[in-house]
Amino acid sequence: MDFSVFGYQFMQNAILAAFLGGVACGTIGVFVVLMHMPFIGVAMSHAAFAGALLGVWLGFNPLIGAFVFSLVAAAIIGPLADRGGLSPEVSLGVIFSLMLGIGFLFLGLMPGTRSTALELLWGSILTNSSSDILVLGVVAAIVVGLVAVFFKEIQATVFNRNIALSVGLPATVILYGVLFLAGATVTASLRSIGGLLIFALIVNPASAAYQLTYSMKRMFLLSAVFGVLSGWIGLLVSYVFDVPSGATIVITSSVIFILAAVFSPKHRVRHWQAEAAVKE
Amino acid sequence: MAGRYGGSAIVSLVDVVAAFREKVALRGVSLQVSEGEFVGVIGPNGAGKTTLLTVINGLRTIRSGRVSVLGRTADGGNRHALRREVGYLAQVENIDERTPMTVRDVVMIGRYGMLGLFHRPGKHDWAVVDEVLEMVGMSHLARRPIGHLSGGEQQRAAIARCLAQEPKLFLLDEPTAALDWKAQAGILDLVRRIHDSRRLTTLFVTHDLAALPLACDRVVLMKDGLIRDEGRPASVLTNQTLSDLYDIPVSVVRERRRETIPA
Repeated sequence: MDFSVFGYQFMQNAILAAFLGGVACGTIGVFVVLMHMPFIGVAMSHAAFAGALLGVWLGFNPLIGAFVFSLVAAAIIGPLADRGGLSPEVSLGVIFSLMLGIGFLFLGLMPGTRSTALELLWGSILTNSSSDILVLGVVAAIVVGLVAVFFKEIQATVFNRNIALSVGLPATVILYGVLFLAGATVTASLRSIGGLLIFALIVNPASAAYQLTYSMKRMFLLSAVFGVLSGWIGLLVSYVFDVPSGATIVITSSVIFILAAVFSPKHRVRHWQAEAAVKE
Repeated sequence: MAGRYGGSAIVSLVDVVAAFREKVALRGVSLQVSEGEFVGVIGPNGAGKTTLLTVINGLRTIRSGRVSVLGRTADGGNRHALRREVGYLAQVENIDERTPMTVRDVVMIGRYGMLGLFHRPGKHDWAVVDEVLEMVGMSHLARRPIGHLSGGEQQRAAIARCLAQEPKLFLLDEPTAALDWKAQAGILDLVRRIHDSRRLTTLFVTHDLAALPLACDRVVLMKDGLIRDEGRPASVLTNQTLSDLYDIPVSVVRERRRETIPA
């Protein structure tokens, strides 16, 4: 097989984008999974998609539209997650479908060719520009940096927001901060991964990591590694079989999750507890 | 009981009104707690007991009245600082058994507030965590995942978390709900021992008369967002007051209580 393709700039950009997107989405995914709200990812990515389409339609930078829309989504999701008055899953489901509706409305109103718009839906990691990579790199660095600096506050907040508040941590600020970071991550990954598929890259690596460790630090690390692996293996499969990269990346991340779930030591917990009980 | 707070009450509520989702949960509650007191708050579900605790540690804002705790008002920018000095054991919530945190990690959360931003836990903090785990009899489970513990063990871990905070005031909300008799007795004994050895001021809330620590200095009866009665256990916990409180005939088993209620 001819691997000289990896010498080309576009392929190197793709490899870099997969790395940065994998790290950022994998890290954000840990929050989404630990807060038991996978729909945060779905609602965010569709909000970003709708915002980007508005940009394409009206002729401004789609990333700006995506960022503004995902921040608005975060501002709506925050109180929902905070109060817990309504069932958050239901509210997030409504936001998600509303955003999808708005997105397709913009798509319908758009004159002329819609290839740019559709690219935002499916993503095209192979046509990343250097500025896309730069944005992704900055966002990934900010996400990882903030998690490292505020690890203890984040750990307490995702474990239990009320407990975090009751020991004197600004848990509400942390929650909103995490949601805004999720918005930024989704926006930055939009062009490479696509609005429809990004959700999988947020939820799958973190869910896989969740199956494998009882340490939150290790969960962050594993999730980022799984995110990067999903991107790289997906790219390779995409190249070898000449199929869309967004699809192969997402399928790879799902396969990683399935493997993690099958080999999870946590499934043996009950068995192990039973053994311990017998010994006692 | 003159102490660090100039002889005044460590907790002082005056005509406090608080609402929670359109429902008025406290309708004008006044309560003074002195330093070192062990106060039991008892009343039926929906009496406003949890709201009382969350008003004291500033988790819930009030509509009117005055709240002063540890010499501070529990509002605005004071709230985070206040909560660092108040150990709050909330009602039991289910913990996913796959939660990626060990018992030690969870107990350490108690110290996160006082550590402040940008500071990581150091050797001293871990030493405190191990010490409080020892105190609640959980050293052997310190490195277990938190989700693997039984209900009683999780309550002990939660108590250890509050102690790691080195609080001045300890608020407990139904700490023995969902526990069997043996675990319940163990937790009640532990809470009283901690109160004595750490010279805490403790507020203990429960709907269950059997779960009220026998050695309370004072008992407060709550119903419909009001304090109905308060006083020494022996004078307040009578068949008549309790039957009124719960709207069903209640008879107190004196034999069990007489030994431990201070005269």
